[in-house]
Amino acid sequence: MHSTLSFSQATTVPTTNYAFHSQSPINLRFCGLRREAFGISILTRSSSGRVRLSTRGRSKRTSASTGNNGTPPKSFDYDLIIIGAGVGGHGAALHAVEKGLKTAIIEGDVVGGTCVNRGCVPSKALLAVSGRMRELQSEHHMKALGLQVSAAGYDRQGVADHANNLASKIRSNLTNSMKALGVDILTGFGTIVGPQKVKYGKVGFTDNVVTAKDIIIATGSVPFVPKGIEVDGKTVITSDHALKLEFVPDWIAIVGSGYIGLEFSDVYTALGSEVTFIEALDQLMPGFDPEISKLAQRVLINPRKIDYHTGVFATKITPARDGKPVIVELTDAKTKEHKDTLEVDAALIATGRAPFTYGLGLENINVVTQRGFVPVDERMRVIDANGNLVPHLYCIGDANGKMMLAHAASAQGISVVEQVTGRDHVLNHLSVPAACFTHPEISMVGLTEPQAREKAEKEGFEISVAKTSFKANTKALAENEGEGLAKLIYRPDNGEILGVHIFGLHAADLIHEASNAVALGTRIQDIRFAVHAHPTLSEVLDELFKSAKVLDMKTLRKMKS
Amino acid sequence: MQTQLGSAVFPRLLRRSLSYIPSILYSLHSLLNLFHFFRFLSNSSPQSQKHKEMASPFLSNTIISFSSSLSSSSSLPRLAPSIPFSAIRSKSTPRRILTVRSKIREIFMPALSSTMTEGKIVSWVKSEGDVLSKGESVVVVESDKADMDVETFYDGILAAIVVGEGETALVGAAIGVLAETEDEIAEAKAKAASKSGASTPSAPPPAPTPAAASTPAPPKSTPAPAAPTVAEGPTKTVATPYAKKLAKQHKVDIESVVGTGPYGRITPEDIEAAAGLSPSKKNVGLAVVVETKHAAPAKAPAASAAPSSLPPPVPGSTVVPFTTMQSAVSKNMVESLSVPTFRVGYPVTTDALDALYEKVKPKGVTMTALLAKAAAMALAQHPVVNSSCKDGKSFTYNSNINIAVAVAINGGLITPVLQDADKLDLYLLSQKWKELVEKARAKQLQPQEYNSGTFTLSNLGMFGVDRFDAILPPGQGAIMAVGASKPTVVADAEGFFSVKNKMLVNVTADHRIIYGADLAAFLQTFSKIVENAESLTL
Repeated sequence: MHSTLSFSQATTVPTTNYAFHSQSPINLRFCGLRREAFGISILTRSSSGRVRLSTRGRSKRTSASTGNNGTPPKSFDYDLIIIGAGVGGHGAALHAVEKGLKTAIIEGDVVGGTCVNRGCVPSKALLAVSGRMRELQSEHHMKALGLQVSAAGYDRQGVADHANNLASKIRSNLTNSMKALGVDILTGFGTIVGPQKVKYGKVGFTDNVVTAKDIIIATGSVPFVPKGIEVDGKTVITSDHALKLEFVPDWIAIVGSGYIGLEFSDVYTALGSEVTFIEALDQLMPGFDPEISKLAQRVLINPRKIDYHTGVFATKITPARDGKPVIVELTDAKTKEHKDTLEVDAALIATGRAPFTYGLGLENINVVTQRGFVPVDERMRVIDANGNLVPHLYCIGDANGKMMLAHAASAQGISVVEQVTGRDHVLNHLSVPAACFTHPEISMVGLTEPQAREKAEKEGFEISVAKTSFKANTKALAENEGEGLAKLIYRPDNGEILGVHIFGLHAADLIHEASNAVALGTRIQDIRFAVHAHPTLSEVLDELFKSAKVLDMKTLRKMKS
Repeated sequence: MQTQLGSAVFPRLLRRSLSYIPSILYSLHSLLNLFHFFRFLSNSSPQSQKHKEMASPFLSNTIISFSSSLSSSSSLPRLAPSIPFSAIRSKSTPRRILTVRSKIREIFMPALSSTMTEGKIVSWVKSEGDVLSKGESVVVVESDKADMDVETFYDGILAAIVVGEGETALVGAAIGVLAETEDEIAEAKAKAASKSGASTPSAPPPAPTPAAASTPAPPKSTPAPAAPTVAEGPTKTVATPYAKKLAKQHKVDIESVVGTGPYGRITPEDIEAAAGLSPSKKNVGLAVVVETKHAAPAKAPAASAAPSSLPPPVPGSTVVPFTTMQSAVSKNMVESLSVPTFRVGYPVTTDALDALYEKVKPKGVTMTALLAKAAAMALAQHPVVNSSCKDGKSFTYNSNINIAVAVAINGGLITPVLQDADKLDLYLLSQKWKELVEKARAKQLQPQEYNSGTFTLSNLGMFGVDRFDAILPPGQGAIMAVGASKPTVVADAEGFFSVKNKMLVNVTADHRIIYGADLAAFLQTFSKIVENAESLTL
């Protein structure tokens, strides 16, 4: 209640600085696109671009304009400049325009960034295909529904085109939406040359310098390739290449079993490949709630044509050449001894993402990156080498490493715009949902059970866990997709939702009831009275909230006395 | 141990018989569980709050009970009987005395679902030396479907853990040993040591000498990926993930398969060929795939490896892939070719049997039960016919007489097993048979209910078949093919003609262990039993 009131006040009186409690953030408009999962471009290419850019910085023309480094200009070309037109930058730009700011966005590659061009968007196209293939190939499933399908097949180029067309379409939507609102799209790599001052330009062209009252860095990330691995883009690839689907190998090793690896295993096995996972940690899917990852392994790994090596590093990967297959050297993660050698047809490196911040000119304002990430405080304000805040400079999205998800970047961008338009705002990252689009999907918001237990122990409260199964849901059974689990971690004393994890049909769409509840601070005792249409999958969450046992005041008092 | 016999015999015997009670309770309990589960399933309306506590039995750590049977008593029906230990006990009366020897019980890997063939130990809730009381959770087992807490039905001390955390064991295999008192821990440990030795596939059979007692349980190798000690290079076996899975499923030794895939790797097709299965449907699907330049050369050798001698299919013919059951039949049939078999036929007069059948039919006794009982009684006198040859070097005398009966079901063939057919009376046998057939129709047979047979009966008499020839199933010594009983004119020694009902039985046997005279003697006994059918009711 409190937050809604303040919100309306804040919008009418934009100059007032309202400090919001971090637990009651306002309604945020999410971009709706998921995790910034894939790279802007391969590292070598981008970095060479940067190098050239900084060399050009010595030219007369630019040195003239950078001569007064350190003294901020009196009047500005823009209210807000955003470096990087990915999902984060786009979300920030749209919100800035809505708030009446004169906004420019600098993009050195293509609008849409990783998510739209090399990440969540094209991967969803591939996963849509794999989901259907999987269904058509599941004779048992088809038979149970009374359907008869003769051998299902696919045309690789057709699938690849679908992914590519989708990316182009979303990209043009994004570009048009910004143009229509009057956001200036400046082409070229952006570099910060001093406080509130950015230069940008294409390789081989002269640089332009623009000033802005506030600057947001939103340069995103690129696939991280550990050393020893030689990426040739054909048989040893990153997600950037895999999304083009130029080749469906008979047998592919996937290094890393996080979101990206899992989604690609879903795609490749549906298209007929066999997959070997290589995971450095002792468990597959280390980022998920243990119970969820266990169930996911039972459904997504064990019955499929997948095997795995855990607790090993892929220390050396050589692409296929001279009539030899791709060779993967495995080293024990603990003993560092050579453990095994794999011979496969292809290897996909899905070991995570590295921030793309090199060449941003951070040295000009005394900012030192940490493992490439731009250090920021909880309000996304950039922190310099001395631990002081850099005025008017913010960093959102993968580049700050807080939560490497497309919609998190967008939410952070909106939060920054709120701040620069005079209303303090802190994004509650525990309310940001995440999803993995395997078949079935995995989604989560908030803490995992081990994290919640740790927090509970530290802060001295009890936690409880409630679970419901998709097997009891009419809609899921009608679809013949009863495999699934929803899990709620909560405080029985006050009904606070600490985390919700879902594995099952359309889990990615189901999580938002929970994430909205966390964002708005809704308690279980209230949300359990919300009505859900019958029969829908949303009843899985309905059951989940209803099955949670929140203690009433009487019991609580008794316990205390 | 024998010295304890005197005073302890009676109470212990009593306790032994009591020990069956929990097992019966268990079956009831599990039925109840199932019942609840199905109610739970059908209860999908959101208003139903009643069963909330039992939400998702597959997903949460539900409690499932299992019984650990007395180590030296006959196995409980639900538990897998074929543990190596049983091989050394003698078959007849001494068993009862052996029963009271010790209070060491094995904890078996329970069958948590109908499709479960092996289970992984997630964690031992109790550790060695812990005192257990009835109903406590001992171990968490992961099946192909879920993790379940498994509880004990007996008080005692967890003397030894045979299968450690993270390791896998077949359903029915011993995973731990329970001692009743502290004095028995040492003995239990010795047993565990021999067990874990035996559970390693390549290890020699447990030594009969007590030397094994002093050695601690050898650590069972973890199912980690192949040891790195093997030198790299051309000798290394490379198999694709699915090939490895198939090899495990069809028990194909992957080292013995020659890879025909790219770079000499073993492909799923190689394993299927080694297991005698028809090539999987995968090829059909892939044929539609538009091949890419990369994939084309890789696929070529695999395609050329396909058998080329087969004539092309007649146009318009349809190819229907085998069901799982049909694949299993096919595999078993091909395997049977490696056993040298021979056949002996015998005409049996069935007038007495037919008369008995008419008498007991109203009480629910079936012809199958009568024949199984007769065969079991004959087998009891001719243990060699009930034996099997596992390795080509020895006789394995089976301690139980388990009659498998071939049944055609939904285009498949399955052999439900009447366990201890010699010991159960006709009515129990008939009852049991009815249950088995119902279960088989519902595809709910537990593995030990169809693969624990020691002798098989196949009857085509009801179709009017007068004689036929059965194929010996792998792992058994003999199979009996029963034809129809027909009125036949017979002449006796004096030249008097009479009409008697005669049926022809034809036994196929493994000649490595069962010779002509053995079979003939067995058939003679069988014939006598049938001709004096009243003995079947005793």
